[in-house]
Parts: sequence; C-alpha cells; structure tokens
Amino acid sequence: MSSDTPDGRTVDESTDDPLIQTEIDAEPSPSRDAERTETIVRTKDLSVYYGDDRALDDVTFEIPENRVTAMIGPSGCGKSTFLRSINRMNDRIDAARVEGDLYFHGKNVYDDDVDPVALRRKIGQVFQAPNPFPKSIYDNVAYGLRVQGTDEDVDLDDAVERALRGAALWDEVSDQLDESGLDLSGGQQQRLCIARAIATDPEVILMDEPTSALDPVAASKIEDLIDELVDEYTVIIVTHNMQQAARISDKTAVFLTGGELVEFDDTATIFEDPTDPRVEDYITGKFG
Amino acid sequence: MSTENQPGPGISGDDSLDADHEANRRIRRVFFSCALVTVLTTIAIFLVLFDNAASYFFGARISELIAGADLERTVTFGEFFSGTRWAPDHSTPAHGVLPIVWGTLAITIGAGLVSIPIGTATALFLSEYAEDATRNRLKPILEVLAGIPTIVYGYFAVSFVTPVLVGGIASNLINPAGAWLESISHLAPFVLEPAADWMMAQSVGRYSMLAGIIVVGTMTIPMVSSISEDAMQAVPDDLRNGAYALGATKYQVATRIVLPAAVSGIFASYILALSRAIGETMAVTLAAGFNANLTANPFDEIMTMTAYLVSMARGTSAVGTVEYQSLFAVGLLLFLMTLSMNLINDLLKRRFQEEYR
Ligand SMILES: Nc1ncnc2c1ncn2[C@@H]1O[C@H](COP(=O)(O)OP(=O)(O)OP(=O)(O)O)[C@@H](O)[C@H]1O
Ligand SMILES: [Mg+2]
Repeated sequence: MSSDTPDGRTVDESTDDPLIQTEIDAEPSPSRDAERTETIVRTKDLSVYYGDDRALDDVTFEIPENRVTAMIGPSGCGKSTFLRSINRMNDRIDAARVEGDLYFHGKNVYDDDVDPVALRRKIGQVFQAPNPFPKSIYDNVAYGLRVQGTDEDVDLDDAVERALRGAALWDEVSDQLDESGLDLSGGQQQRLCIARAIATDPEVILMDEPTSALDPVAASKIEDLIDELVDEYTVIIVTHNMQQAARISDKTAVFLTGGELVEFDDTATIFEDPTDPRVEDYITGKFG
Repeated sequence: MSTENQPGPGISGDDSLDADHEANRRIRRVFFSCALVTVLTTIAIFLVLFDNAASYFFGARISELIAGADLERTVTFGEFFSGTRWAPDHSTPAHGVLPIVWGTLAITIGAGLVSIPIGTATALFLSEYAEDATRNRLKPILEVLAGIPTIVYGYFAVSFVTPVLVGGIASNLINPAGAWLESISHLAPFVLEPAADWMMAQSVGRYSMLAGIIVVGTMTIPMVSSISEDAMQAVPDDLRNGAYALGATKYQVATRIVLPAAVSGIFASYILALSRAIGETMAVTLAAGFNANLTANPFDEIMTMTAYLVSMARGTSAVGTVEYQSLFAVGLLLFLMTLSMNLINDLLKRRFQEEYR
C-alpha cells in the first residue's frame, strides 16, 4: 500500500521499519518551531576564497541548536564551501583561505588554539556520495570510536549497535556486521555513513546533499531519519531539492551566485513569504 | 521475437560497417601477437634453462636424452642443494650452491630492509603529507633515480659506499665499540673477549656484503616509493574525507585508510624491488664481490648468484663442460626464486587488500 503525504512525498506504508511508520506524517514538528533554542554555530562576515576567487561573501547568520537548517541555492553558490568551513574540512584544500569568524558554541574555530581534529570529533559530516570505508559494516561504524581512542570501558559492540539503530539500519544488517560496507545498497550505505557519523556522538551533523545519489524511497528513509536525529543533534543540510528543504528543515538559508547569503529565516517564511524577490524567483524556478 | 534475425534499419548490412569489423579483427590480431611474443619468450627461456640444467645434473640435455644419450649423474641434487662450497671451475670442483644462494638472499633481504621502510615512508610522505608543489617536484627526481643504469650505482659503491660509508662504519663505529668492550671485558671474559677481538679486527677490503646491501637497497628505494605512491594516490579522496570528518589524524588516515586500500600496489612495489634485488648484477658484483662465502659477517666479501653468472660468462670454461652448464642450473634456480616472489605477492595481496570500488 502506498499513499501520498500532503506534501507530495510517496511513502510505502507497508514497510515494517518502525521508524518509518511512526514518522510518516513528519512535518517539521510544531513544538520544535515554537520554542527558541540556543545558537550553536554563528558566523560573522565569513568569506572563503579559493586562490583569488571568492566562494563565500561576508556571510553572517546564526544556526540554532537541535534544529534542521537547510542551505539551498544554485550550483556553485558556495553551499558545500560553507559546510566545509564549519568543520574546517577546507583546511584540506591548499587553495582555500577563510576570512571572518565562525563560532561554535561561542568559540571561534579559526582561532590558533583550535585543533581541527578535535573540532571534527564534535561536528560529523555525511557526504553527497555514500563513502563507506572498504571495511566491514562493524569496522565502518567503529572507525570513529577507534581513531578517537575512546576509553576502554566503552563497549564497542554496544556503541556500534546503538549507532546502527540510530541510523535505522540495525534491523537490516544486524546479522551481517562482518560483511563489507560496500556490499550494501546505496541507501543503506548512506545510512551506514550516518551511523558512522553518530557513533562518536557529535553535536552537529553536516550533510551535503545526502540523498542526491539515492532513489526516492531510500531518500525518504533518510529524511525520516533526519527528523529523528534533531532530537539529539543539530543538522545542517545542503540540498538542491526544494521540497526536501521545505519538508525537513526548520530554518532555511538561501545562497545565491557569488556566495552571498540573501535570506535566512524560518523555512515556512522562506517558502511562503520571502522578503527578497530573488529568493522567490529562485524557489519558483525562475532563477539559477 | 521474429524480427530478431532481420536486419534492422541502419544496424547491419552496411558495407562500411563490414570494413570496420574487418579492421577490428586485424587490430585484435596484432595486439594478440604482441602479447604472444612475451608469453613465448618466457616459455622459451624456461625451456632453454631447463634443458641445459638437465645436462648439468644428468650429463646430457633432455633433447639428447630423448635421442638416446646415456644418462650419467654428474652432479647430484644432494651435493647441489646441501653442499657448502661452491667452486665448479676449481681444480678440485665443488658444487654446493648454498653459498651463492645465501649471497643472493642476504643482499635481497638486507636491501629489502633498507628500501621497504624508507620507500614506504617516502611514498606516505609524498602522497599524504607533502603539498602538491613539493610532490610535483620530488616525484620526477625519484623517477630519474630509478632510471640510472645500475653500473653507475656500482661505481657509486666502489668510490663512495665501500670506502667512505662501510669503511667509516667499521673504523669509527665497530672498532671503537670493540675497544670499549675490551676495556670492560673482565666483567664476562669468555663472552666479551672474543666479541671485542672480532669487532676490533673488522676492516673493509674492496668488497663487502654490507656495501652490496646498501647499494641495492638505495637503488630500489625509488622503485618502492614511486609505485607505492601511485597506488596511494589512486585511493579515492572520498575515503580520506570520510575519515578526516570523523576526527582522524593525518597519521591515522595514512595508516588505517590509505595503506590498507593501496596494499595491492604497495606489495607489488615490494615484490618488484625484491625481484630487482635478486636479479641485480652489475652494482652488486662491484659492491659485494666474487667470493662464494657462507658468512654472516657483513664486512666479508660474498658472491651472489648473478655475480657467479657474470664471472662464468667472462671466464674461460669451455661450452658444454660441467662447470659451464652450472650457469644454467643457477639461472634456473634464480628464475624459480623470482617466480615464487610473485606467488607470494599474490597470497599477501589476497590477505591484506581492502578493496575499494
Ligand atoms: N577545491 C576547490 N578549488 C577551487 N575552487 C573551488 C573548490 N571547491 C569549490 N570551488 C569553487 O567555489 C565555488 C563554490 O563551490 P561549492 O562547491 O561550495 O558550491 P556548491 O554551492 O556546493 O555547488 P553545488 O550545488 O554544485 O554542489 C564554485 O565557484 C567552485 O568552483
Ligand atoms: Mg556542493
């Protein structure tokens, strides 16, 4: 049996995944919108350059804790660049240079005394194409815990199971933990990557178009999962899919070509009543 | 469906397409014959070695035996494989191959101990630590180093490694250490006294095992580092990003992600380097010498299998004599040693590879 949810998403209700059944009508929960939360990531005049080319232009805004914040905008407007500057993955790119400030819990992550390795242990990331390691499912999930040298009294088996349950993958893989993560389907691989990211219990999870390589069913599972994740984590997600942004996010940031943040507001406001005419043009497809 | 065998519009029945097919077949044949050349050469070499080696052991080639020649045991396998003196062309000949097999193994293992750690570390540095600019400058230098003719390394051994390096180690390290041992030898005279005497007696002649190890080791570093680095570069960056995003350090990414994913290429580089060390001739002859010594002393002259082949080839033994035929027995053994290196490589690869797709 299959039905269309009000926002046009097709969901298979006959699935026995409990997570999906309970979350079928997952609109951004009203309770989440009502109360205000702390800011977890704040930027001030953040600019990123690749050599002489500016990819982000004086971006200033605040990302709330335990919310889903979506980044939308045309290709090349700097969304991925922005994500990478939060966990300093831009450090890996020789040509990249960051100016301005980016605060995580009030601490500027570009201060000299910040260790990017330690920062990334608090800010996980899920990539556009699923990229499990060529290791077993178990070792994939345990990887983060192992490199972070978790104290010995943490039960690795337990942590792996919790992460896989958290990523709604446990029921599908619990009897094949020793098999390669690469033998899973694309959607399962992406959930494995999410499990890998949450296993170390970060505070923020960055997702760069996490469903763009997946079919609609697998994508909707990930969306449901994201809805589940914000109870514990802050999710910052880049997407090209307007419906997806509208469905799953509480806040939406619209970037436009040139790396400019043109509008940032509650998702409902952005999609129903944007201030900037360029945002309306972009959302309705007249732009970009 | 019934249309299956009918020529569809524009799919078949066109003359120019037939010509294409014909061209394809011709090109295929050309490529195939090229591949065949290498296969046939390998088989031919093996047969020649085998045939001649037979005459070393049995007094007649296989071809002659088939034609009805008498079989006589010239050299027994027992003597060949367990004898400890190798002097086929001596007035009192001896056919124990162990000393020169040992010479080859000592050089190969020693060179591997030099080139594998240094080469792998170099590759890891270039691939995972160095900035692009540094890598682009260093990589070509390594490749030039790999292309220097081995005879040049041989003279490098004669003019630098043996007198300066090995000589320096002997006179500045081993001799003084021996003198120091001598001074405290009253503590345990029966152990320390002979050790001290031995250490003080070491000096370097024209040739030494250690010089051979150093020269062949350095010679094969670029081979290990260059091929390993290629294998590491081929590991998808996605995997590195995934690990870095989990808070892995550079070292953890290098050792736990890149190494296991690149292991097949890395092992291939080791095997190539070791095979090169086994087969190395000119440099090793000039560095390690021509004296078939079954010795563990790194300052002694030794002879490798290849060095023996060289000395025989320029020697005076008549074609067809037992000492001349020994060339082929040694050659065959060398061939089998390299072959087994490749088999070991396959085994190791299967054991350690973390295959990325
Ligand atoms: N590694 C890099 N080196 C140089 N320039 C880069 C690099 N990565 C991105 N850029 C440039 O920075 C700009 C922003 O790129 P970015 O990948 O952040 O855009 P994006 O919004 O994520 O696009 P998309 O939606 O296509 O993923 C682009 O002009 C791009 O060419
Ligand atoms: Mg992007």
